[in-house]
Amino acid sequence: MSVQLSLTVNGKPVSATVDARTLLVDFLRNELALTGTHVGCDTGQCGACTVSLDGRAVKACNLLAAQANGAKVVTIEGLAAADGTLHPMQAAFKECHGLQCGFCTPGMVLSAIDLVARHPQPDEKTIRAELEGNLCRCTGYQNIVKAVAHGAAAMAK
Amino acid sequence: MYSFELKRADSVASAAALLGETGGKPLAGGQSLVAAMKLRLAQPGTLVDLSGIAELRGIRKEGDHVVIGAMTRHAEVAASKDVRAAIPALAALAEGIGDRQIRNMGTIGGALANNDPAADYPAAVLGLGASVNTNKRKIAADDFFRGMYETALADGEIITSVSFPVPKKAAYAKFAQPASRFALVGVFVAQTGGGVRVAVTGAASAVFRCKPLEEALAKNFTADAATMVKVSPDGLNRDLHGSPEYRAHLVSVMAARAVVAAG
Ligand code: FES
Ligand code: FES
Repeated sequence: MSVQLSLTVNGKPVSATVDARTLLVDFLRNELALTGTHVGCDTGQCGACTVSLDGRAVKACNLLAAQANGAKVVTIEGLAAADGTLHPMQAAFKECHGLQCGFCTPGMVLSAIDLVARHPQPDEKTIRAELEGNLCRCTGYQNIVKAVAHGAAAMAK
Repeated sequence: MYSFELKRADSVASAAALLGETGGKPLAGGQSLVAAMKLRLAQPGTLVDLSGIAELRGIRKEGDHVVIGAMTRHAEVAASKDVRAAIPALAALAEGIGDRQIRNMGTIGGALANNDPAADYPAAVLGLGASVNTNKRKIAADDFFRGMYETALADGEIITSVSFPVPKKAAYAKFAQPASRFALVGVFVAQTGGGVRVAVTGAASAVFRCKPLEEALAKNFTADAATMVKVSPDGLNRDLHGSPEYRAHLVSVMAARAVVAAG
């Protein structure tokens, strides 16, 4: 059975008719070709699929697309400026070597931006606690934590 | 996922009508339900989305109660000035549910209707002696939780809000299972107008009150008094994470920690 959807994705209005069972992550990847949002586990554990829904980090594999109706969704593709200048948090991950394979990175960056909105100057403990829902199997997290602190400082400027 | 129908409701009355017509299930934040549907552990033919119902949202102080709308998200409860001032233990509990992304979507009404044996909110609702308000009636916490994933809710009955009496003091202490972060044992301790209440989650098939701890703490509200209580392992869970005896021991230990945290 299909449902009507209208929402904003990365600043652009989107309307679509989708099967009710469509997950938000599948809608973004398959219908809108925004494949920067990754699927790591598909069970709500890893956070690779994290996107921003009305400013809140959520797991797009654990949401129906229909639950984003009327919302503003931002994915990793929506962060950089029009001229390609990276968002300060993206730049911080690059600068601090906060990634290796990069699979977890889009979710980490979206979670980090949600975190900084609530904790503009997060300490290490806060960063680690707030990233509980994002798993990385490469980095050992050290440089991710560094990158988030660095990105938070850059966002404050 | 399997195919189903989704209807959007804009009021509690229209949601109730849709549930009655379709025999479907309400969709709150979906953080347990969508995951269960992906695994076909739940297979409702129709979902009635409650997210558009404004009257189910929000937190307000009503005399000596804090009333939380059913569709209020965990992150909102954790950040609420009213909750933090009146019942800091409840704000802290909400801040410890799942992870940030789950707290940004999951709702108190959804968590209570689901009544997961290791969920945190049931411990607060039972520990504080709150009441669960539905579109039909008001249900006391002592009557609400019936068993594993089972509540007093009738088919199509919708939780509208939860009313928490402000306790004299309260705290929640959770021993999290290291991988899932769900409560292996979580204990909510409260000194309320009606005496000391102790609610335990994670240890059995559903949340329960621990009378021996309540009696001991009513006489002497100290960590030592809690630690001295030998909790019976009868009926507690046995799985790869721990034996009933281990969980029984943890109940006293976490109760003692909660008493310390309650100050
Ligand atoms: S893919 Fe969504 S949490 Fe792992
Ligand atoms: S960089 Fe590879 S999973 Fe995080």
